[in-house]
Amino acid sequence: MLNAVVLGAEGLTLNALEAFAFSKIMGLEQKPKVAIVDYGMGNLFSVRQACEHAGLDVSITSAREEILNADAVILPGIGAFGDAMATLSRLDLVGVLRDVAASGKALIGVCLGLQLLMTESFEFGRHKGLGIIEGQVVPFDNPKEGARKLKVPQVGWNSVHRVGNGQEEAWENSPLAKLRDGEFMYFVHSYIVQPEDKRVVLSVSRYGQIEFCSSIHSQNIFACQFHPERSGREGLKIYRNLASHIERLTSMRS
Amino acid sequence: MNIRIIPRLDIKGPNLVKGIHLEGLRVLGKPEQFARYYYENGADELIYMDAVASLYGRNSLLDIVERTAKDIFIPLTVGGGLRSVEDIRTVLRAGADKVSINTAAIQRPELIREGARAFGSSTIVVSIEAIKKKDGSYEAYVDYGRQSTGVDAFEWAVQAAELGAGELAVTSINNEGTGKGFDLELTRKIAEAVPIPVIASGGAGRVSHVHEVITEGKADAVSIASLLHYNFVKQSEFSGQDNYTEGNTEFLRKGGMVSKVQDASLPEIKEYLIAQGVECRRPRS
Repeated sequence: MLNAVVLGAEGLTLNALEAFAFSKIMGLEQKPKVAIVDYGMGNLFSVRQACEHAGLDVSITSAREEILNADAVILPGIGAFGDAMATLSRLDLVGVLRDVAASGKALIGVCLGLQLLMTESFEFGRHKGLGIIEGQVVPFDNPKEGARKLKVPQVGWNSVHRVGNGQEEAWENSPLAKLRDGEFMYFVHSYIVQPEDKRVVLSVSRYGQIEFCSSIHSQNIFACQFHPERSGREGLKIYRNLASHIERLTSMRS
Repeated sequence: MNIRIIPRLDIKGPNLVKGIHLEGLRVLGKPEQFARYYYENGADELIYMDAVASLYGRNSLLDIVERTAKDIFIPLTVGGGLRSVEDIRTVLRAGADKVSINTAAIQRPELIREGARAFGSSTIVVSIEAIKKKDGSYEAYVDYGRQSTGVDAFEWAVQAAELGAGELAVTSINNEGTGKGFDLELTRKIAEAVPIPVIASGGAGRVSHVHEVITEGKADAVSIASLLHYNFVKQSEFSGQDNYTEGNTEFLRKGGMVSKVQDASLPEIKEYLIAQGVECRRPRS
């Protein structure tokens, strides 16, 4: 309605495409709404900054309704797996996140957010995860580089590689599209995910002698062990890709 | 494993400062300008240290953190005068990814555990500032190297790691700002005693010092100040940019530090390390 009034006043006639471009320039179109799940852990600020940089409309929330009504949900997180699951249960969000996964909406996990999607974790005992992706979360087992023992947690930049050969199409259709094979991303973690179905593994990285899954992609679900929001310009590219990923999934559902 | 190179910016009020032995602070310019430049030139992280907060209380640091975090998308560690979980929360809310604590942690080691529990271990960097004593032992100092504690630096490092610190930043006050190189013994002993990453800090006067502290000092990351700051000041001067007009950089031109510090840019440091066989994230042009 607003568009029509504005355009009418100018005495212009525009076709639908031009009107769309015009509304986009004027910032009149609906930005995709993204809920960042706030369960008291991790730097939500940096995730928010990166989302806003990519033109997403962000809310940081632990409210069930707001999460269910969003176009996409980001599960961030730093800290212990068991504590995180306990908090998600207390906030009554375990079922909500499973519903989001089943709804076909974009569900995005970052760092601990990736690990929480798995069936179970062996961090300080044995804990059940969200069970959205079948697989386990296990500790780095004595990483070494020659004679040098590597520190755990892995803290720093590491390269992210496509899995095997002929994966170009899967890569270019994922939120890692347009990133070069071997791009550096920022990691902070002591545990790694081992999905049962290797087809969900989008990228692998290597810490010492250990090769591990550094991101997964399965239909509407994308999650990464690294922090794209702290990985400079190339990381921001992933957030921009996520914005179009979300728009595509939203239009498929409507 | 990729070694991290982390520019360290010491901040006093609105200014970037640099001292020698953590004393005799000089104004170099605006921290945001230096931060932006380092971000664009391949810095792996940034550290902001409030140079006077433990003595005179909070100042404009939070504003600077907020402005930085809005357009710099690499990890930012903030330290200086943080005394409680609430202080840590305030700095994280302003946009820091990690905090660095020293004085308050030595006074009350439980702060490390509380901080790690509330925000995750990886958020808590414990800064250890040590002075080498005549008998060869190292003592931890607090309040920006002004106050002795009687605490042995190595015992403290092990305890801090056990309490849940995610990383340790190790500074030799003897070497800090002198340009004569890192204290390799101090860094190596701590790096070998703890399972968590160690950031070597204080003393780089030339690129080869950075290489030494990685290979001989076993550092997982290196924080660098003068080497980079002087390079940026010189570059700006050369290109006629007015980036540091508020900085008292006269001392750089008149010799003084210049004789001891052979400045280098981030790409120069990384190219050197890569040529020596050290893995690090190569800046992309």
